[in-house]
Amino acid sequence: MRSRTSIKDEWREVRLFQNRVLLAVLLMFLMLLGLLVRLYWLQVERHPHYATLSEGNRVRIQTLAPNRGLIYDRNGILLAENVPNYQLELVPEQVQDIDETLQRLAEIIHLRPADIEQFEKLRRTKRRFEPVPLRYNLSDEEVARFAVHRQDFPGVDIEARLTRRYPLGQITAHVVGYTGAITERELAERDAARYSGTSQIGKTGVERSYEDRLHGYPGIQQVETNAQSRVLRVLDTTPPVPGSDITLNIDVRLQKAAYDALGDYKGAVVAIDPRNGEVLALVSKPSFNPNLFVQGIDARTFNELQSDARRPLFNRALAGTYPPGSTIKPLVALAGLHYGVVTSTHSTFCNGRFILPGNPRPYRDWKRTGHGPTTMRSAIAESCDVYFYELAVELGVDRIHEFLGWFDLGRVTGIDLPGENGGLLPSREWKQRARREPWYPGETVNLGIGQGFMLTTPLQLAQSTARLANRGRAFLPRVVRGVHDPLDPEMTALPPVALPDYTARGEWHWVHISQSMQDVMHGRTGTARAAARGTPYRIAGKTGTAQVFTLAAEQEYNAEEIAATLRDHALFVAFAPADDPQLVLAVVVENGGGGSSVAAPMARQIFDAWLLPQETVAP
Amino acid sequence: MNMNRNPSSPIAQLLRGLHLDLPLLAGLLALMGISMVVLWSAGGESSALLFRQGLRLAIALAGMLFIAQVSPHYLRMWTPWVYLAGVVLLLLVLVTGDIGKGAQRWLDLGFVRFQPSELMKLAVPMMVAWYLNDRPLPPRFADLLVAGLIVAIPAALIIEQPDLGTSLLVISGGAFAIFLAGLRWRWILGLFAMFAVAAPLAWHFMLHNYQKQRVLTFLNPESDPLNTGYHIIQSKIAIGSGGLFGKGWLNGTQSQLEFLPERHTDFIFAVIGEEFGLLGAALVLAVYAYVIARGLYMALQADKTYERIVAGSLTLTFFVYVFVNVGMVTGLLPVVGVPLPLISYGGTSMVTLLGGFGILMSIHSHRRFVSH
Repeated sequence: MRSRTSIKDEWREVRLFQNRVLLAVLLMFLMLLGLLVRLYWLQVERHPHYATLSEGNRVRIQTLAPNRGLIYDRNGILLAENVPNYQLELVPEQVQDIDETLQRLAEIIHLRPADIEQFEKLRRTKRRFEPVPLRYNLSDEEVARFAVHRQDFPGVDIEARLTRRYPLGQITAHVVGYTGAITERELAERDAARYSGTSQIGKTGVERSYEDRLHGYPGIQQVETNAQSRVLRVLDTTPPVPGSDITLNIDVRLQKAAYDALGDYKGAVVAIDPRNGEVLALVSKPSFNPNLFVQGIDARTFNELQSDARRPLFNRALAGTYPPGSTIKPLVALAGLHYGVVTSTHSTFCNGRFILPGNPRPYRDWKRTGHGPTTMRSAIAESCDVYFYELAVELGVDRIHEFLGWFDLGRVTGIDLPGENGGLLPSREWKQRARREPWYPGETVNLGIGQGFMLTTPLQLAQSTARLANRGRAFLPRVVRGVHDPLDPEMTALPPVALPDYTARGEWHWVHISQSMQDVMHGRTGTARAAARGTPYRIAGKTGTAQVFTLAAEQEYNAEEIAATLRDHALFVAFAPADDPQLVLAVVVENGGGGSSVAAPMARQIFDAWLLPQETVAP
Repeated sequence: MNMNRNPSSPIAQLLRGLHLDLPLLAGLLALMGISMVVLWSAGGESSALLFRQGLRLAIALAGMLFIAQVSPHYLRMWTPWVYLAGVVLLLLVLVTGDIGKGAQRWLDLGFVRFQPSELMKLAVPMMVAWYLNDRPLPPRFADLLVAGLIVAIPAALIIEQPDLGTSLLVISGGAFAIFLAGLRWRWILGLFAMFAVAAPLAWHFMLHNYQKQRVLTFLNPESDPLNTGYHIIQSKIAIGSGGLFGKGWLNGTQSQLEFLPERHTDFIFAVIGEEFGLLGAALVLAVYAYVIARGLYMALQADKTYERIVAGSLTLTFFVYVFVNVGMVTGLLPVVGVPLPLISYGGTSMVTLLGGFGILMSIHSHRRFVSH
């Protein structure tokens, strides 16, 4: 190709080159001229201005902290706000002897060792000319006392700043999370400049997962100071950009109902709208007061919270893993229909025990006398174990694993909150990898009733039940409804994110499972019929009881005889109204005893709060 | 300018024998002299600092002397290999490099730490010139695409490190090479027009509000409470308070009182502005202009396409150094880490800069017809 077009024309090329060089010279000349004009502007025109700045007086840079975005519930109720408070701050660069200054300060303002400790930690995250908070929440008296002695403390000053407050405290602590003093490590992972005016960062919950949007961008102020570093005048201000406000899907009314329903039990409730994945309530109990963390929690209180055996800081809704127990049975039944290993009319005789060939140990039903002839529908309604032992063995572990995987178990759901646990959906391959042992047939038997290795979080239970309620379609569970950028006039709503569908082999599968689950609540022999008595709407639910420890084959379980911490976990999953599901609930009560007696009544209370007209539930 | 018929002083003869160009060398040495004088003041009158800078200059000068001896014929022959090695080293840096301060730029060879992106400042324009050398010029579209790729690959790798300053210099080196090869006017204008149209479109339709905010902060560092905003404000006070004649050597209060950060490295021009005033700053710019003029003169004298393009683009890149640095110190341009060439303290760019001038001298002194 080259031979055709290109006899290189040396002269033409030289001329071209000369042309380009000429153009470059012209451009460079203009650019140099630009630099000279700029220098002339700075050094001649503006010389008096800059000369004054450089002589005697000094120019300092102050960062202006952006206001952190607010957090609202879906109806606009404030969940996290900013309240002003007086804080004592110290600029290290302007203080000659910090230790000595702190000693003198302690004489007029109460400084706890924890304050000093916190101050030293924060100091390492700041540049020398940035103020470091030393004490928060100064009383009016302290402010007045410092004002009198202000001239003795160059580089120390009182600032009115905004700090975070959570009006609902414990009730929303595990969803909203809290902010706390930023650590060196957190700063190293972020753009330090964005945090130069603040000392707070989201630590858990939405405060953490939406930190980037909530935080905003700091402004900057050039100020002229005198020799004592007091501000004389402001030269130039670039205002900070406030963080975005965040609106949650959480409904405070439902959240409160769930919080109250759990009472003094340890446990969690997750409420999801199955039609779009909106998380309407998320409660983990016991909870804690998030306001304690905002202004630097002192070591003793923190240690108490940390070492509390009831683990109030632990978010059970996302990270607590529990055997699903019998709540898994509707899904196992659906798997049986899906793979065609059982029909809806198939009946088995339950005599209270199940013998696995080649295994001497019988698997017992929770009802020692057995349920008699049992179909799928009555097996779910009465929570017959033997039926599901048989079904599980026929399905085999591989198909159960595959099917439950389609219902979002065994991996994180991807909710927009930090710290989610993925639970455990066992398989042959997992057993070989984790335990270096093959899968034993007996383990399949246990898997059929949600015992053994399998672990789920309350969130996962809610998510898989939402998919069941919505006939195979599911959405990413989401706590945040929308983000309101301060530069935008309107809130950016986050649309629901659909997950891959599961399509049933027959639409009647859904109807059959739903009816079976309605029998649990409304049937003559349903395990949770007591909890559903008198509802004007129909609930489809399933109770579950998860063993905390295993009984020997013939040993009798007696709740009163064993320590409270070894008592069974009570579980309950449900959706309502059954023919048009609007709310899915997963309730897990640690050491609650039985799912039907403890967890189901709680769910009833929460359903009532959501589905009944408000007047009827109002106290 | 005819050295053949003018066998002047023995010094001139010696320099010619060493393949050095006296006018260019004089300009470079003048800049180094200025560097020493200003560093004494900016570095707090530290002789250790001055000594280290002197040592670096000596090493870099030796490198220049060495390269000047290599005939441009060999330089051209080795170009693709040097370029290829550079790209491989860049990849290596990305994979294994020292993750120091969040950026991976260094390759630790045990005895010396080496920054492959520095090598690319020379290798990229050389490679473009090598590629276009025996293509018909002005380059056709397909050739332009290849040349663009030659620039884009290492540039992307360097941005990835991330090192904005160096990638900017590498891109300009390559872009100048393409431009000097005789990029057609319609292409030059077309590119300008495309940028002018695309930028506002992208601004309105493709960027979110918070992204726009980031771009704005980048374009206007003073709105940013980063250290860079602080640097710029202090640097402008230093320069502005210098006035017409300056506060005098060692008398710059901004720089002496340690208000000015990075005063002996990237912001050294502010010290010049403060202590020597507008006149001193203009004089320094004049020396730079002289060096650039001499470089372009040597490029015009070169007798092969490859040599012309290499000499021209290296000289123009040198101008970019000066313009970007002075522009940023005076608050005209955003802060990207580009040193004031040959004056800023620091050795990494010194070797490549003088290496580039070594190439220029080699090209100039190995001409077939030394004079016309």
